[in-house]
Amino acid sequence: MRVNVTVNGEHRRADNVWEGESLLYVLRERLGLPGSKNACEQGECGSCTVYLDGVPACACLVAAGQAEGRDVVTVEGLAEGDDLDPVQESFVERGAVQCGFCTPGLLVAAHDLIERVPDPSDVEIREALAGNLCRCTGYEKILDAVRDAAAKKAVR
Amino acid sequence: MSAPARSPQELHDTIAGGIGESPLRPDGTLKVRGEFAYSSDLWHEDMLWGATLRSPHPHARIVRLDVSRALAQPGVHAVLTHEDVPGENVYGLKYQDTPALAADLVRYQGEPIAILAADHPEIARQALKEIVVEYDVLEPITDPERAAHDDTLPKLHPDGNLVRHQRIVKGDPAATADVVVSGVYEIGMQDQAFLGPESGLAVPAEDGGVDLYLATQWLHVDQRQTAKALGLPLEKVRLTLSGVGGAFGGREDLSMQIHSCMLALRTGRPVKMSYNRLESFFGHVHRHPAKMYYEHGATRDGKLVYVRAKMYFDGGAYASKTPVVVGNGTTLSVGPYNVLNAHIEGWGVYTNNPTCGAMRGLGAVQPTYAYESQMDKLASALDMDPAELRILNALSEGSTVVTGQVVDFPAPVAELVQRVRDLPLPPEPAAERDIRELPGGASNTTHGEGVVRGIGYGVTIKNISYAEGLDDYSTARVRLEVLGGEAVAMVHTAAAEVGQGLVTLQQQIARTELGLTRVSVHPADTSVGDAGSSSASRQTYVTGGAVRNACRAVADAVYALLGVPAEGMSLTGGKVVAADGEVVADLAELLGDTAIEETREFHHRQTYPLDPETGQGDAHVQYGFSAHRAVVDVDLDLGLVKVVQLDCAQDVGKAMNPDAVVAQIQGGSAQGLGLAVMEEILVKDGKVRNPSFTDYLIPTILDMPPMRVDVLERPDPHAPYGVRGVGEPPTISATPAIANAIRAATGLELPRVPIRPEHITGV
Ligand code: FES
Ligand code: FES
Repeated sequence: MRVNVTVNGEHRRADNVWEGESLLYVLRERLGLPGSKNACEQGECGSCTVYLDGVPACACLVAAGQAEGRDVVTVEGLAEGDDLDPVQESFVERGAVQCGFCTPGLLVAAHDLIERVPDPSDVEIREALAGNLCRCTGYEKILDAVRDAAAKKAVR
Repeated sequence: MSAPARSPQELHDTIAGGIGESPLRPDGTLKVRGEFAYSSDLWHEDMLWGATLRSPHPHARIVRLDVSRALAQPGVHAVLTHEDVPGENVYGLKYQDTPALAADLVRYQGEPIAILAADHPEIARQALKEIVVEYDVLEPITDPERAAHDDTLPKLHPDGNLVRHQRIVKGDPAATADVVVSGVYEIGMQDQAFLGPESGLAVPAEDGGVDLYLATQWLHVDQRQTAKALGLPLEKVRLTLSGVGGAFGGREDLSMQIHSCMLALRTGRPVKMSYNRLESFFGHVHRHPAKMYYEHGATRDGKLVYVRAKMYFDGGAYASKTPVVVGNGTTLSVGPYNVLNAHIEGWGVYTNNPTCGAMRGLGAVQPTYAYESQMDKLASALDMDPAELRILNALSEGSTVVTGQVVDFPAPVAELVQRVRDLPLPPEPAAERDIRELPGGASNTTHGEGVVRGIGYGVTIKNISYAEGLDDYSTARVRLEVLGGEAVAMVHTAAAEVGQGLVTLQQQIARTELGLTRVSVHPADTSVGDAGSSSASRQTYVTGGAVRNACRAVADAVYALLGVPAEGMSLTGGKVVAADGEVVADLAELLGDTAIEETREFHHRQTYPLDPETGQGDAHVQYGFSAHRAVVDVDLDLGLVKVVQLDCAQDVGKAMNPDAVVAQIQGGSAQGLGLAVMEEILVKDGKVRNPSFTDYLIPTILDMPPMRVDVLERPDPHAPYGVRGVGEPPTISATPAIANAIRAATGLELPRVPIRPEHITGV
């Protein structure tokens, strides 16, 4: 089948997509956007989180066909050209990135949180990110980064 | 054939910063942009997808294997079995006992039997189902204690079912004491659960060899094992490290290395293999579960008199790191404490359970849980404060450990316990509490009634680097040249960045040693000498040492070029500077078109094997120490645990990158928390019951409490820059601290981790 999606503001088309391919597979293997990660492909880890019509979703749980005609933003779409989004900047600056495999999904989830709740409390941050597993950091620096990003966004 | 698209990038510095500072990771920006090439992101025009057929049985004989139907499927390009292994069908880290593809006997559920390559991963998966295997299913051996002692069991390997037995005898092994406590402790099978799947891309080369791009912890050991199985000389099997999504020991053993190369060589096309999560649970080794019998004797005033222990480590189907686990487990069995008399025995065995190998804290996690449980039991028998008991018995510089080795470097164990004890405690729970902060959280299972609080300690000792006589070294190549009018350095090693921050550290060392701001790190590959493994908390020590040595050789070459004696000279701010501060030359001008390149090794000081009878010997290079204090709330009715606070004090010798050190301690502590309260691969009759992130739980951001980290720096005079390995100790001491806190809260024995709700409620 053929799938048409808007990805990071651009119209993209994928041909010869198999039944059963996920949006994650289409993004990574057919559209050349490997930023969204494939840690579990079971909807459990959040590494593949993307915006689907403005709402965070696990791309591994979305069938490619379900994405037809919809709007997708991946981690590759968070920065504006050379300018990183504050969330991206804070993750680097606060040491919230170690191996970085969880990072793209966490960035989308954290970006969404700060859009909805500009000044989140620690409990709100923890709840919003509870679906994103990270095996390296112990999360403390991720909390730092999200607090920092919220503060940065508030002044911009 | 060419390199893959999205191959590993050279990493340039983002922000200057030398040793002792905390510059940002050079790969951080790539990672947050989603542009960093992990092994599962590799892609090559024309590539095929590999897949693996695995045994559903933990123990079986293969009576028939027929791949013809699978090979006939459209889109399938090769189907290979043990008969197609070009070289020797056996590999292994210490013992060569693991077949690349099972030939006749299957020893664990998930053992690879056949591999194939197809146009699409789905075609590959479907084609696997067309492979016909007939098994003669056998009774699995699953009890490690029996496997150690019962000679009537079938032999899983030609030499029997014992991988290693080690005894340690110190002083009078039959000593007696006033106060005696004993216990039997068990630890479940933990998984590394790194997020980046096992994956790699093998590209056939024109010379008949193969280039493999992959995620691993040790390129050269993979190269040696893979080349042997492929029947190729080493130089024809070239490995390049791609982005690694965590490792924690789980990438020490081979997974897809030989398989992807076999398929690439057979089809003449690039082959990518990438495990999904289910396969990942079967495709890598886990932490050894253990059963440990401990007895501690002490005087009435709390001085340890003796320790006796027997410990059984379940190695599963193949040896992997079991010999080392037995070595570490026994030599570290009494912990960071002074004991005059000891009698310790450890067994590592083969069973039909999943193979166990390296995981963070190798061989020290198991005994630490046991002896720290014992220390609390002893404190309670003596009516002493648990922290005081530990301080009273703490090892210090000049102590002799149970193997007879003298600790000839700082060992601030008592201070670590004091410091972690002195960190502020969380406030006492208020009458009205936010339910989200209680055990059970937002599921609203309690409003604070039935919830009790407990505090517990855990302290550990872990050997750094490889032990027992291994010459465990690293190599670095450093190139100095002028680019764009500025002197710049390039560091090239084969050391694996697995997320811990080694690339940052290499830059920091080169900047400091060469007095430069611009330093880049070449992708790690096998075109430079061996760097050993990114494990055993050793890379900062050995690769850090190698980079230092190579930089110093480069500096010496600069002085030689200038014709001045090296004595008193230094490189600072891009200049050659004499002892009196006078600028002797500008580096960029001096070098012009000349590039200086030097390659050096770093070998740590020698260690020695243990005496097989007495277990005496200077087996270890260095020890790391850490102490945790945990505060927990436990819902007694439901058995739910909430870790309220987890604090750590650790000595790191020298904090090369203080922020990264703290980050390692936080991440390691989270894995220790996981083992204490949730993480276990459930194995029944040799079969894994929970191979998914739905059922194998790792801590989320809701499970991790706030952490205070207190970092001590007591330089080790024998180590480069005084460093002490950092990565492992925090994982080890976190688990018993939490277990002890839960015991303090509940008054229960809790002789097994992970501690599950039913252990607390008793139903
Ligand atoms: S990869 Fe989609 S949730 Fe884990
Ligand atoms: S940084 Fe490695 S999984 Fe989060």
